[in-house]
Amino acid sequence: MSTVDPVTPVLTKRWLSPRSWSIQTYEQLEGYTALRKALTATPEQIVQVVKDSGLRGRGGAGFPSGLKWSFMPPNEDKPHYLVINADEGEPGTCKDIPLMMADPHSLIEGCVIASYAMRSHHCFIYVRGEVLHCIRRLNAAVKEAKAAGYLGENILGSGYDLEITVHAGAGAYICGEETALLDSLEGRRGQPRLKPPFPAAAGLYAAPTTVNNVETIASVPYIINGGSDWFRRMGTEKSPGPKIYSISGHVERPGQYEAPLGTTLRQLLEMAGGMKDGIPLKFWTPGGSSTPMFTAEHLDVPLDFEGAAEAGSMLGTTAVQVFNETVSVPWAVMKWTQFYKHESCGKCTPCREGTYWLVQILERMVDGNGTEEDIDTLLDVCDNVLGRSFCALGDGAVSPIQSGIKYFRDEFLALCQKNREKNRKPAMAGAN
Amino acid sequence: MTTSGPGQTYGGSSVTGGETYQAGHDDSTTAMDASVLSRAETTPLITEIREDLSVFDGIVDKARAIIARYPQSRSALLPMLHLVQSVQGYVSQAGIQFCARELELAPAEVSAVATFYTMYKRKPCGEHLVSVCTNTLCAALGGDEIYQTLREHLGEPGKPLGHEETAGTPGEPGSITIEHAECLAACDLGPVLQVNYEFYDNQTPEKAVELVDALRRGEKPAPTRGAPLTDFKDASLQLAGFFDRESDVEGPSQAAETLAGAQLAQDRGWTAPAMPANVAFPDLEKK
Ligand SMILES: Cc1cc2nc3c(=O)[nH]c(=O)nc-3n(C[C@H](O)[C@H](O)[C@H](O)COP(=O)(O)O)c2cc1C
Ligand code: SF4
Ligand code: FES
Repeated sequence: MSTVDPVTPVLTKRWLSPRSWSIQTYEQLEGYTALRKALTATPEQIVQVVKDSGLRGRGGAGFPSGLKWSFMPPNEDKPHYLVINADEGEPGTCKDIPLMMADPHSLIEGCVIASYAMRSHHCFIYVRGEVLHCIRRLNAAVKEAKAAGYLGENILGSGYDLEITVHAGAGAYICGEETALLDSLEGRRGQPRLKPPFPAAAGLYAAPTTVNNVETIASVPYIINGGSDWFRRMGTEKSPGPKIYSISGHVERPGQYEAPLGTTLRQLLEMAGGMKDGIPLKFWTPGGSSTPMFTAEHLDVPLDFEGAAEAGSMLGTTAVQVFNETVSVPWAVMKWTQFYKHESCGKCTPCREGTYWLVQILERMVDGNGTEEDIDTLLDVCDNVLGRSFCALGDGAVSPIQSGIKYFRDEFLALCQKNREKNRKPAMAGAN
Repeated sequence: MTTSGPGQTYGGSSVTGGETYQAGHDDSTTAMDASVLSRAETTPLITEIREDLSVFDGIVDKARAIIARYPQSRSALLPMLHLVQSVQGYVSQAGIQFCARELELAPAEVSAVATFYTMYKRKPCGEHLVSVCTNTLCAALGGDEIYQTLREHLGEPGKPLGHEETAGTPGEPGSITIEHAECLAACDLGPVLQVNYEFYDNQTPEKAVELVDALRRGEKPAPTRGAPLTDFKDASLQLAGFFDRESDVEGPSQAAETLAGAQLAQDRGWTAPAMPANVAFPDLEKK
């Protein structure tokens, strides 16, 4: 088998085409051929192809998608729902919004196929509210698809019906957590629900529901057309397929690079033209701020689900945020912690109180008023948040702090050192 | 504008509406007795203010159209709150009562939702809402500096504008509300800001100052990604799902950063492996 190229445009292959978002362009470039094909198969066969492909959720957790779909009940005692998680708010993550802007029909086609496979007749796309142009493009795509017979009643004469509703959120990171998203979609405050029951048993309106990420569902038409073996030619055994790596920060050419899973930062940096102005790399996140940071030691870690985890982090959303030597780690950690504090939904005590106190301590340190004991206090508070919070936001909140201190304790210490010297100043007056 | 009826209380009983659970002793009396505050202080706390909702007469049809999109009406609440912002530029008490009336919810239920989400503003917004990303990555690239510069530039000397504060009179042409925002999913284009949720990418303090000055002069500089600029209220209407201008969809989106990988692949002749023709579905009978 021949080797695979470093960049493998699948999801991004239409993005260079003029008016790539229109149904005309989409249809010219194989658009909706996978749907025609899928409608000749049974729902079970589609679930099986997706299982065979090894596709794993692109929303952060990497749960096997085919397996998730198979949890949906085979009967239709209650309506089934597919809900697309397009809330993209994890700091650093910027792949779903460009995908939906550039090629909304690939998501729509994926929604129809996935809904058919899960016997759903109403699909919701929950998009964060702040991305108006993206919402506009999705709405237009739904309209176009309906007019062309790919959506609505009796799709392509198959007897299968599906409605898609595009729903704008209103600014809350926590609504990306799938059960908080469902509450939000029901018109409530976006706060996570207790699991079980899982959404496949009782999700939207307490009916069987699957929540999937945009990139996950947009991958489905290609898997239907290319088959599971083709999909597996990219990526690794346990993390197959292409993946959009979003490179941001101090690199020469930040942007979206679709490469096989398992690509390393060294390879990504080569694609992105290297570090900006040649200033050396200091730290980076493999998949958003909730994934523990890496350093220059980790340039060759394969960025797939297993590789990132073995190296002590997580693949997350493949939001590769690159920071050079000019950036202070305690400052960056403080900024991220402020984010988690702001976005904590307040439902559980460890996260609500923990993030509040973590911010207080970090702000004090960055202001130059910290002590060495503060570092232990930070880690202590982190221990009380991690694993004790109601949802994964709390776990994510401690990632930057724990990993920041793990790799850059000296920088935290230096801040406290400065403080000690400052406090000693009166005694040392005249010494310099 | 507002009328407060002495008969309506949060307890839901009505003095004028005939029988209450305790004749001659309604909730407000109980609350009044229980209150540690004086009668004058207690009255505004327990009296339900019935707002005049006629300002929303023009959007009743739209509200009902939103409700029709969902299997259960309450799901319409988020878009409906965007809708009321399109009328008043914020979510007022009247807006809350309007949503409550249309969805048959208690105003307190609507209020609890409205206050949870950052995009619902509790004070009237300017003609434009300028949101500067100050999350870590944008901040490291200059986002914090952009936000500080705008605060000072739009504020009074020595009194920079605060988060969600407005330069000019809200609703008047050229008025601008600023806010710092969390990651806007455009980190590869950072530092970014938005005006009425349209993207202005790769910003600098200078560019941002130029932009807000143009807005104050009544100009509408085109976003780098998005449709021609309108105003905050119009953006809110679109967020509620009403898109009146078909041409808006044509607004640019293909930034060099967005296309970086696709372009690199094209330049180098890199592709994904070719798909085999006519792949069959797995035969489940055999399994
Ligand atoms: C705080 C928090 C925020 C999240 N935000 C998102 C998001 O914006 N988009 C997303 O797809 N998944 C997000 N997730 C993950 C979802 O809960 C869920 O795992 C995912 O949507 C499942 O889809 P997938 O299996 O296709 O990945 C978030 C999780 C947490 C805990
Ligand atoms: S961990 Fe944080 S975000 Fe999650 S439920 Fe608890 S308070 Fe809410
Ligand atoms: S950090 Fe500013 S857009 Fe992501």
